[in-house]
Amino acid sequence: MPESNDIKGIIKRVSEIIIEELKLEDITVATFNPDLDLIDELGIDSMDLATIALVLQDEYKIVIDEDDYPKLKTVRLIAEYIQGKKTEKN
Amino acid sequence: MNTVSSLLDKDWHERYKRIAKLNIRSSIYDVTNRCNLRCKGCFFFSSNEHIAAQEEMDIKKWEEFIDHEKERGVNLAILIGGEPTLCMDRVEAFYKRIPSYCATNGLIKVDRNKFPDMMVGISLWGGGEDEKILRGRDTFAISSKNYAGDHYAYYLYTITPRQVGKIEPVIKRIVDVGLKVHLQLLSNDEGVDGFSWKESELKDLRLEMDEVLDKYPQTLISSKYYHEVITTGKMLGRSFGWMECPSVTEALDNRKPQPRRLIHFVRWASDLKTVHRCCTSATRDCSTCKDGAAHMSWIMVSKRAHVSSTKDLQNWIEVYEMFAKLYSLIPW
Repeated sequence: MPESNDIKGIIKRVSEIIIEELKLEDITVATFNPDLDLIDELGIDSMDLATIALVLQDEYKIVIDEDDYPKLKTVRLIAEYIQGKKTEKN
Repeated sequence: MNTVSSLLDKDWHERYKRIAKLNIRSSIYDVTNRCNLRCKGCFFFSSNEHIAAQEEMDIKKWEEFIDHEKERGVNLAILIGGEPTLCMDRVEAFYKRIPSYCATNGLIKVDRNKFPDMMVGISLWGGGEDEKILRGRDTFAISSKNYAGDHYAYYLYTITPRQVGKIEPVIKRIVDVGLKVHLQLLSNDEGVDGFSWKESELKDLRLEMDEVLDKYPQTLISSKYYHEVITTGKMLGRSFGWMECPSVTEALDNRKPQPRRLIHFVRWASDLKTVHRCCTSATRDCSTCKDGAAHMSWIMVSKRAHVSSTKDLQNWIEVYEMFAKLYSLIPW
């Protein structure tokens, strides 16, 4: 279960998931800039996004539409998207 | 941590951003089981794919199927066969619904009034002599008349071991008819004598491909990194093969661990129900496969592995741009 559902907590957890799933080296949750453009700067692609989305869907019990991937450009935007989905659900 | 902008100057970063947003979702379609040639080494016939499925003849079924493919997220339909131009109504059904690319032997001309901007890849298996041995005729004589000067057509030149040391004259013929060319290597599926690759030939060929790229940069759609990967079968210390290939039909992909692959990729047979294992023959030994698109895709899906040095990332960008040009996703 996610440890915290406030935006800071989601950002932290999303960062952890990205680092773990994409096996990113030389970066930690503490040094992960939540506003770093994941595609234009980190070089992740749609397959990476699909991998991350699967884990996030499981963890937060939400559905992430593939059409929404282009919106998920930074860790912060992903966190806000998750928060929005959870609000919709409630 | 390496970021894209830390590795690239402004111009390269702009090139990167142009392609990073493309989000290509391709699939391959056998438009028909029939062909007006019977080439030795054509995997479609040598592996009996032409009889693996009964061809769907109802155009309405094709239209419904393509609509469903579009809903599935396919945004690049790669039409192969058999010879797709034998069934132009099916090609048209694709073209009207999804950005489409048509592979052809060039004997039948695609009507540019109906398909003004559909990219056409014309197969070519070497100079006149090799073409006669492998395909029964020199197709260039016909295809070059059909497509001379066409801005949405290029030759897909499959180089055979016998062509090593002789590719420049073939390129010159293509220059003379105002077309472009992409290079790939023959996978000798039918074991035709003298057409299997030796290490030394591949080494020589790589140098030769680099030389013609330097000499004809406006004609060749290629990159030296692609030449390296296709001739050595190696990328960043990894070897191409079944456990690395990205172009495996999703439903048949039971590999563990799952390698990086083309998302939702399927190669459909012409009955619109059967699927083939991969973009080429299921009987082919993957460790010796020289399929150009599979090698390009292998590089393309390995983006983050290339975000390690400026040169690696530039190599990746060049190959991605090459693919995007070949399928008309960015201009020449």
